[in-house]
Amino acid sequence: MSATTPFALLANATSLPWAEIPAWPVAEFVHATATELNRGARFCAWFGVPEHSGTCLVAVLAFDVDNTLAVGRSEAFTGAYPALTTTHPQAHLFEREVWEQHGLTPAGHPWLKPVRRTNEKGNAPANGEFFRVEGGEVHEVAVGPVHAGVIEPGHFRFQCAGEEVLHLEIALGYQHRGIEEALRDGPHRATMSQMETVAGDTTIAHATAYATVMEALAGTEAPLRAQWLRAVALELERLANHTGDMGALAGDVAFLPTMSACGKIRGDFLNLTALMCGNRFGRGLVRPGGCRHDLDAGRAAQLKERLETALADTKQAVAWFWDSAAVRARFENVGTVFPAQATAIGLVGPAARACGLVRDVRFDHPAGWHRFAQAPVAVWPVGDVFARAKVRSLEIERSGDYLREQLTAPAEGELRGELAPPAPDTLAVALVEGWRGEVCHVALTDAAGRFRRYKIVDPSFHNWMGLALALRGTAISDFPICNKSFNLSYCGHDL
Amino acid sequence: MFIIDTITHRLKRGCETMAYPQGPAPVLPDRHGGALKVDATQCAAGCTACVPVCPTQAITRLAGKPVALDLGRCIFCAACVEICPSKAITQTGDYRMAVRRREDLVLGAPGKEQVRLAVALDKKLRRLFGRSLRLRQVSAGGCAACEADTNVLGTIGWDLGRFGIQFVASPRHADGLLITGPVTKNMELALQKTYAAVAAPKIVIAVGACAIAGGPFVGHAQVNNGANTIVPVDLFVPGCPPHPVTILHGLLALLGRLQNENRAAR
Ligand code: SF4
Repeated sequence: MSATTPFALLANATSLPWAEIPAWPVAEFVHATATELNRGARFCAWFGVPEHSGTCLVAVLAFDVDNTLAVGRSEAFTGAYPALTTTHPQAHLFEREVWEQHGLTPAGHPWLKPVRRTNEKGNAPANGEFFRVEGGEVHEVAVGPVHAGVIEPGHFRFQCAGEEVLHLEIALGYQHRGIEEALRDGPHRATMSQMETVAGDTTIAHATAYATVMEALAGTEAPLRAQWLRAVALELERLANHTGDMGALAGDVAFLPTMSACGKIRGDFLNLTALMCGNRFGRGLVRPGGCRHDLDAGRAAQLKERLETALADTKQAVAWFWDSAAVRARFENVGTVFPAQATAIGLVGPAARACGLVRDVRFDHPAGWHRFAQAPVAVWPVGDVFARAKVRSLEIERSGDYLREQLTAPAEGELRGELAPPAPDTLAVALVEGWRGEVCHVALTDAAGRFRRYKIVDPSFHNWMGLALALRGTAISDFPICNKSFNLSYCGHDL
Repeated sequence: MFIIDTITHRLKRGCETMAYPQGPAPVLPDRHGGALKVDATQCAAGCTACVPVCPTQAITRLAGKPVALDLGRCIFCAACVEICPSKAITQTGDYRMAVRRREDLVLGAPGKEQVRLAVALDKKLRRLFGRSLRLRQVSAGGCAACEADTNVLGTIGWDLGRFGIQFVASPRHADGLLITGPVTKNMELALQKTYAAVAAPKIVIAVGACAIAGGPFVGHAQVNNGANTIVPVDLFVPGCPPHPVTILHGLLALLGRLQNENRAAR
């Protein structure tokens, strides 16, 4: 399908000169993008690049079946352009973002409002108007930004008729720390630690994406040993978070054995990451050009042994969970996102795979170590809470098997290589399948090789809409389990 | 069937809660390194090798002054430890780092080579909170790591509840706040409102480099550089994120439940 595209093709973790990216007048560019989306491409990123005479829009698309990415752009312009969202809802948040960041108006966008901008007083996000359902029986429920647990902030506005949710609008932006803005003219000395905290529970995935971008810009790749270490750490990150999510889901339906067990085992997985690098979240492990800490034989043996214990404990805790008819019944047919909806809004990660979509960067766009070793993609049909939990438990098993296999046959060699300075006027793309789904980093350098634009797309940016759709027609009391079944990142969205 | 399995399994595993603070504390991962120690007498004259490598601008050396390392800003990357030619900055492996006063985290001056650990609340507050402390958690730009390592204290391994400490679902039920994140501009109002909603007397705990001083985001226009720019802070817990044992130690020290150990440490 991608063979005839007018877009420039590139593989994941590679770069291409800015001059080689085809440019169209904006209306034609939007049309060309729509055509590609109609032919099965999907949105990875859509962002503006300021030029002297306006801003040009850049689209990074993925042709999953062809294992390739495609990039195109518009000529610089100002003012309005025909919105893509009207025909392709997966563009909705990207177009809002471009409007907010560059003042380019997507004409016809059905719900154009800020994404994360601060209000005039400078002390809260400019939320704008909320969608309201009118009617005598309708009531509105507002939740957040500060929530009832130890969790990040966001605002949820429900329109309900009795128990039933007619519409949920999710307003975020509370976590906005200015990461993309700070990257201009970078990298700077704080850049690496900012990348490791884009979404703190996804440190390895974001750090790997950033390092990969830097390596692609330098026209090289990390030594195999480092790629292997990154792959190991990525699966440990997935295991920790998925196990935590299984526990949290169990907790929300008051199934305490699994909740207690998984809460502890999650920590055991985090401690394995700490064994590798000293930090439970993997900070300090991945660096452009390689890794900073090696896994010596003694450490590897310890890792293997402790991993086996943690995997066995998880297996048991998850088995109780699925054994319980009460748990299964509580999760079935709740919070359903239909496959057609999932495709339309561009879901990624376990949330997409729980709608039967075979969509996994490790498989579709393998880079780094995943070119040599892969795990089977875990998919489940239906798209309800049950399916999202099921995909997680399948992924726990498969990540476990993957790690067992990898730890018996480690890649040898250097830990870190020399990195040339970034190529000038070049665009590099890196996708990494984080535990929530596709982490996408795009860097564009200027004539001096500094970042002219750096775009980060956390999987949550695609997926929050999925949660909103899952709630439609569901009882508001089901919100906690629906929310946990997605467990999206606020800071990854807010940047 | 599964109920019996579940129960037998739980029985077999026994009590999984750690012995700390009666027993030994869980050890930090060896590559963590623990709290830093700065012996400025080791510094070569005019050497500023560590200053530019620090990602969070935690280290300064003004001409004629000893080097100053602000552990509140530190994310424990160890870059300064690696680059220091005279081993003036070293890792102690100590998990204890929480302090009551911001300046107690600044290391380097004579007699201030290490953090000056937290002392307990005064007697009146200890009587109020010492055996029952309810906290409302406000994440204000936290990346979910400080939140996760605070949350983990509620799991069976740590069982924060045995100390009478609990996270509650409303500021009206709370005795204080536990804040994570640099306090983004977008969370400023929400934090102020939450603080106002907690009845006095109240305490505030800042967890992590971001909440202490902005962390990796220090100086960004979109953030305030830490919780104490908005509300008064009673306990600072350094780390990126702090290890759970560091947070727990800080909480227990604040409540005066570690008196013996505190005397020993002084
Ligand atoms: S260990 Fe702390 S003080 Fe030293 S360079 Fe890293 S962040 Fe800065």
